[in-house]
Amino acid sequence: MLKKTRVVVSLILFVLITLYFLDFAELLPLKLSFLADIQFLPALLSLNALILIALVVLTFVFGRVYCSSICPMGVYQDVVAWLSKKVPKKLRKKRRRYTYSREKTVLRWMVFGATLIAFLFGFTFLVGLLDPYGAYGRMVTHIFRPAYLAGNNVQQSIFTSFDNYTFYKVGIYGLGVFSLAVALITMLSIGFLAWKNGRTFCNTICPVGTTLGFFSKFSIFKIRFVESDCNLCGLCAMNCKASCIDSKRMKVDYSRCVNCFNCIEVCNRSAMKYTPVLFGKKTAIGEKLQDEDPKPTETVKVDDSKRRFLYATAVTTVAATSMIAQKTTGVALRKEIKRENPIAPPGALSVKNLSEKCISCHLCVSKCPSHVIKPAFLEYGLSGMMQPRMYFDHGFCNYDCTICTDVCPTEALVPLSKKDKHHTQIGKVQFILENCIVYYDETSCGACSEHCPTQAVSMVPYKGSLTIPHTETDICVGCGGCEYVCPAIPYKAIYVEGVSEHNELVFEHEEQQEIEEIDFGF
Amino acid sequence: MDRRKFLRSLALTGAAAVGGTVAIKEDGKMGILTQSVNAQTKRRAAANYDLVAVLGGEPEAMFLKAIAEMGGMGKFIKKGDKVVVKPNIGWDKTPELAANTNPKLVSAVIKECFKAGAKEVVVFDHTCDDWRKAYANSGIEAAAKAAGAKVVPAHQESYYRQVSLPNGKSLKSTKIHEAIVNCDKWINIPVLKNHGGAQMTIAMKNYMGIVWDRGFFHANDLQQCIADVCTYAKRPVLNIVDAYRLMKTSGPRGRSAADVVLTKGLFLSQDIVAVDTAAVNFFSQVRDMPLNKVTHISKAQDHKLGIMDLSKLKVRRVRV
Repeated sequence: MLKKTRVVVSLILFVLITLYFLDFAELLPLKLSFLADIQFLPALLSLNALILIALVVLTFVFGRVYCSSICPMGVYQDVVAWLSKKVPKKLRKKRRRYTYSREKTVLRWMVFGATLIAFLFGFTFLVGLLDPYGAYGRMVTHIFRPAYLAGNNVQQSIFTSFDNYTFYKVGIYGLGVFSLAVALITMLSIGFLAWKNGRTFCNTICPVGTTLGFFSKFSIFKIRFVESDCNLCGLCAMNCKASCIDSKRMKVDYSRCVNCFNCIEVCNRSAMKYTPVLFGKKTAIGEKLQDEDPKPTETVKVDDSKRRFLYATAVTTVAATSMIAQKTTGVALRKEIKRENPIAPPGALSVKNLSEKCISCHLCVSKCPSHVIKPAFLEYGLSGMMQPRMYFDHGFCNYDCTICTDVCPTEALVPLSKKDKHHTQIGKVQFILENCIVYYDETSCGACSEHCPTQAVSMVPYKGSLTIPHTETDICVGCGGCEYVCPAIPYKAIYVEGVSEHNELVFEHEEQQEIEEIDFGF
Repeated sequence: MDRRKFLRSLALTGAAAVGGTVAIKEDGKMGILTQSVNAQTKRRAAANYDLVAVLGGEPEAMFLKAIAEMGGMGKFIKKGDKVVVKPNIGWDKTPELAANTNPKLVSAVIKECFKAGAKEVVVFDHTCDDWRKAYANSGIEAAAKAAGAKVVPAHQESYYRQVSLPNGKSLKSTKIHEAIVNCDKWINIPVLKNHGGAQMTIAMKNYMGIVWDRGFFHANDLQQCIADVCTYAKRPVLNIVDAYRLMKTSGPRGRSAADVVLTKGLFLSQDIVAVDTAAVNFFSQVRDMPLNKVTHISKAQDHKLGIMDLSKLKVRRVRV
């Protein structure tokens, strides 16, 4: 019963948060962003005391149910582990069963310490890399989402061939090699660990797991042996994906137990119970379990894959770094655009705020309907790798859209009202006369001004009936409409330069004109 | 969705994939044929006037008056026609900001098409802002669907078909939305706005919403390309200029209601040059706009797409 409840709740939350990332058509209510808000690290970063206290209290009462049901990365591992059990016996080399292993206390706390120190010194990248929610978000954004979009497009082409326009085609754009590689490596390495040994990631690397594991040692409800009923058959340990049950000694390591209740379900003699444990009782806390090491070979193996994971990450980092875009040689007289500062999305307030709070879950990347938010590579420096920045190659920031600020769970992007956003400058327009079509071809264009929501780019009289762009950076919101649409090649004549601190814009109020009498005019 | 239809669509897709180039060539020939049949004098003989201008009413009332003066929608739409109604839905803006065609007008036009016996009416625009937001917030998607039209997307290149424009000067061929390519008749419903680059955006400029690659227009003499695309063989059977509200400044997007003036006008003609000329003259009463600045209009006259000298035309002026 307990297990069934856990499975149902986990799957519902898992499917919903995954669909929320995938839902490009905005069919799901915006309110579902609470699924991201209730994640541990986002709650911590956004200083959402209510959720944070709720999660800690939850853990103090029931143990690590967060890891079992709320964390999507946890459920992903359970799904993989479940699949590994579904491989037909003929194809398996050996029987799939879990065994108890000792806690890797040193490794756990070293990873935790390194992450914490890195974060305190402003190197958010490591936190973002290891946070289970962020890592899962990237998996969905970079791996599942393109597949989902492609599926939509196949469906669309079938329906459209029957003259049915229920579905529409969506663009599938690359979001950056580095983030894709990180997402792939995360998925494969954590998946590999889960396939082999269940919740290894949660109990050795995950800093959230380590934190909650610390709390859960003191939790009120715990799984414990009913010693009089246990016949030491070991079924519980064989089914413990956290490898935290020492069945021989009838001990459970509560810092690693994620309360999946598999042991209770599988026990033939009802010798395991999930009951409130009062403080000070013998079965409860801080039992020394290190006296004996039942399977040292197993431990070495696990360490190996961990190492591989870290190596692989390091190697790709280096490889990707060497793949910085090559410089092209320019057409004489035309100037190449050199953007000096990256453009932080609306609501970021400043590059500093973004870099401190963003764990790169890429929910904003998934949700942006204009495809302008993409993970940065080195534009923000090493620490800001994978954090969102604006690229205007497939669109521009919609003037009235605030969805990225609405969904961000960490307040790296603070919520903006439509009016706030209209008064927020995320970048400043730059005009390069030499690249402008009106200047070198002497023909009409005006595409930039056409897209400008504030007329920071306006067309002013030039030669004859021609008009040429004129920029007023003081009223530019930095939406990138001008840059996206500028048809000049090979270099655009207009672009947006990022600002390290977003500015507040002031506009002059204008009165609406009333026309009293109007005639045909011809 | 019967089996035959399914097989046909499969076969068509196959044929299109195999013989894409052949299909395009045939399109060109067909184009020339339709062009000669639809010779302007012949077409215009059907209507009561060359141009009808209406002032002083609500969008529906002005349109109904104008089309009645012209002799009724039946003169332009025949029973069983597949019709496209092409408003300007370029921007994620509400109707009050006049960046898009008035949804009430779009709805009224669609209803008249159905009354005249149209088999289906399709509405689309290649928007500038996010198409889903523009379709929704312009009010046009809802209005068109309520009137019984089919609203189709136009945001991906795959919805467009290559067509040749043998008479074009700067624009020799372009990709036009398949809804236009496949329809029997289409009706052009622009909104009257100032335009930073082209000076004005009215009926001719509204063609840029049926093509895929607008960047090419801007990069290769915008004004000439606008005139060139209007040489596309399948002309709109009607051009209806929505001047209920006009955007006098900061067009075509506009910043706020301060750019908009309530003028309560509507212009209807088969002659795209005449209707744009009339609309510019009307606009000039609000803000000075000499015709010679809007050079795509005279370039279209050079293409013999219509007449700028309104005194040579049979014009009907009405107030409601």
